[in-house]
Amino acid sequence: MTVVTTQPDLPPRVEAPPVQPLVARVALIGNPNSGKTSLFNQLTGLNQKVGNFPGVTVDKKTGYSQLTPKLKVQMIDLPGTYSLYPKSLDERIIIDLLYDPKSAHYPDLIIVTADASNLKRNLLLFTQLADLQIPAVLALNMVDVAEQEGVKIDIPALHRELGVPVIPMNARKGKGVAALKILMTQQPEPTKVKFYEAPAELQPLLQKVKARFGLKNDYLALQYAHHHKSLKFLKEEDVAWLDEQLQQNGFHSITLQSNETVARYTRINEMLLDVVRVEKTAKGEKFSNRLDQILTHKIFGYLIFFTILFLIFQAIFAWASYPMDLIDQGIASLNSLIQDNFEGPLVNLLTEGVIAGLGGVLIFVPQIAILFAFIAILEETGYMARVTFMMDKIMRKFGLNGKSVVPLMSGVACAVPAVMSARTIENWKDRMITIFVTPLMSCSARIPVYTVLIALVVPEKYYLGFLNLQGLVLMGLYIIGFLAAIFSALLLKTILKARERSYFIMEFPVYKMPRWKNVGLTIVEKSKAFVFEAGKVIVAVSIILWVMASYGPGDNMEQARALALTEAQARNLTEVQTENLIASHQLESSYAGVVGHVIEPVIRPLGYDWKIGIALLTSFAAREVFVGTISTIYSVGEEENVSTIKEKLMAEKDANGDPFFTPARGFSLMIFYLYAMQCVSTLAIVRRETKSWTWPLAQLLYMSGLAYVMAFITYQALS
Amino acid sequence: MRKKAEQKPGQKSVRDLKIGEQGVICCLNDPEMGLKLLEMGCIPGTSVKLNSRAPLGDPITIIVNDYTLSLRLDEAETILLKQ
Repeated sequence: MTVVTTQPDLPPRVEAPPVQPLVARVALIGNPNSGKTSLFNQLTGLNQKVGNFPGVTVDKKTGYSQLTPKLKVQMIDLPGTYSLYPKSLDERIIIDLLYDPKSAHYPDLIIVTADASNLKRNLLLFTQLADLQIPAVLALNMVDVAEQEGVKIDIPALHRELGVPVIPMNARKGKGVAALKILMTQQPEPTKVKFYEAPAELQPLLQKVKARFGLKNDYLALQYAHHHKSLKFLKEEDVAWLDEQLQQNGFHSITLQSNETVARYTRINEMLLDVVRVEKTAKGEKFSNRLDQILTHKIFGYLIFFTILFLIFQAIFAWASYPMDLIDQGIASLNSLIQDNFEGPLVNLLTEGVIAGLGGVLIFVPQIAILFAFIAILEETGYMARVTFMMDKIMRKFGLNGKSVVPLMSGVACAVPAVMSARTIENWKDRMITIFVTPLMSCSARIPVYTVLIALVVPEKYYLGFLNLQGLVLMGLYIIGFLAAIFSALLLKTILKARERSYFIMEFPVYKMPRWKNVGLTIVEKSKAFVFEAGKVIVAVSIILWVMASYGPGDNMEQARALALTEAQARNLTEVQTENLIASHQLESSYAGVVGHVIEPVIRPLGYDWKIGIALLTSFAAREVFVGTISTIYSVGEEENVSTIKEKLMAEKDANGDPFFTPARGFSLMIFYLYAMQCVSTLAIVRRETKSWTWPLAQLLYMSGLAYVMAFITYQALS
Repeated sequence: MRKKAEQKPGQKSVRDLKIGEQGVICCLNDPEMGLKLLEMGCIPGTSVKLNSRAPLGDPITIIVNDYTLSLRLDEAETILLKQ
């Protein structure tokens, strides 16, 4: 409300007072597949942000919707859910937001999206929200689609029954969005209709809960009773008090929830009797079922899925290389621009530490964008649900679940967003196993390491005219990574104790055309998450490693320089070659080099020397750093292209004068990089997603151990 | 539901349906799982049809309230049908 000032001595205001909105915060909620995300995108456009809910690992998506030129409201996008009894981590955010009226995030209004062709089920959630007495609006989505399918809804009658505004709309096409915006400028009122009355025998308990927490609403009190253990804002003594009260009253949560659900459905059925008329069976459903007969067919189903997977991989590698080269060149020219104009250790830190680290992050953005474009399209069309359906039985054998397919697939681009996508898995054990094994999938950061080493030890041969031997080896590495992931899952399945039962009850969405705006926003969102989450860590560690590689104990670095200069003069090297030689000598004398020498005895059984030791060390933050370090150690110089590195490495001799990079050493290194964690960003994201250090540390130890053993076996078997 | 209904010998569950065959839900015999199924619209008295099976026979899809739901055979077994 605006305050009217009447004091005459105040100077008259030149500017009009800002319009105080009646509604400041709007939460958007609805069933999965009810068009909630489309509506959110329509209302906010690019004006959205992903942040962390305080105290919760789950992201919240917020945005601003411009209602009039002067008025905007904050929109909070909540995860899709069927009821106020959350089943997954994602859904738990809802109760944290809606059950604490004192919270700063508590909404003034909720928009409940409902799919008009499936009103009955969609209204279950609505009636629960209405009973909480939060002002609500029903966004009745896809009305025209439902009408085409023979579902007629009497909107005025529905409005009377529900007691809240009902806006018919089509969120995909933006119809009804304007009406919704007008509504948001008005004073919202909660409905006077009550949809569910808690059983009389619970009344004494509910009164006590209301008194203790200062609540006005019976249903909210009931929800406190149901969820007291997971409500973050309750104090410990409050939880204990509730626990005791519930014990005394013989409160049986599951039975009560079931009874409530049945009672609500009975009420909804009565309500809808005069509101909804269905004239014929759904046409879209029939079309979807026919399509399913092919797409989930015994043989064609898998064939189609693997063809799509193959296409995605092709696209990631073929299309992404152009923007990746551009980014690479851009970073390189930015670096040389800075180096040409400035000098000093700070400049080196900036170019070789910060910008190089940043480049290492940015270069993967195209691959991540392409992968998530595909995943978003598959999800938007409804095909992904069929993939999880087809894969569930196989995955279950390994302690995973149909829904683990998405993280495992995403892991091929980058484990960071892949680990984040495991949130859709409701079951704790399935989710933890998925997160644990996802980094074993060969991510794109391994590609530079694989390509350099394959070029080095695998001859370029063709079989049957088109099967490239190097390509086959690369594919083999991906397969080994996948097998490692699923067998690790199997191992973990026997170790971990389940906290709750795993289930796979899921709505099969009707096939639809993808909404390109949603696809675009997903790409932007995932790329941003990757750049910021992974970027922070990689840049930080790059700086540390730069310091380690640029400074040495005592005057080691100067001595190395002097030594290199003498050697260069003796060998009559050019200026560039001299510079390279200095760099490689200095790296050997740096702290990184010292550590490389120290760990040499440990890695010798794998076939590595101290030079590779340095590379292992510097690439701990991110694998792709391996190539850069190797090219410095072997003084390849500025041009880090594969063929130059290859020639240099091939020329490298061991103590006996034989080539150092034998197939045994090359494969041992490939296998090491395949299994080893070597990615601080993944560790950071696992820590965030599991909210404990146990998981990332267990992962680090397990993967490093596996890498060591497997690389050892490979080297010993091949040499 | 209210009480855990025992599956009587000869009582059919959704698991026993053939593709295309219909039945009417009598009760759900697993309270925990039942809750999720109830929320998804598997209410006693609703008719249910077995729609398809995954390539390896499990999970299956059923049609309740005009929409398609996928679930595993173990879960389908908890939805008992009226005789």
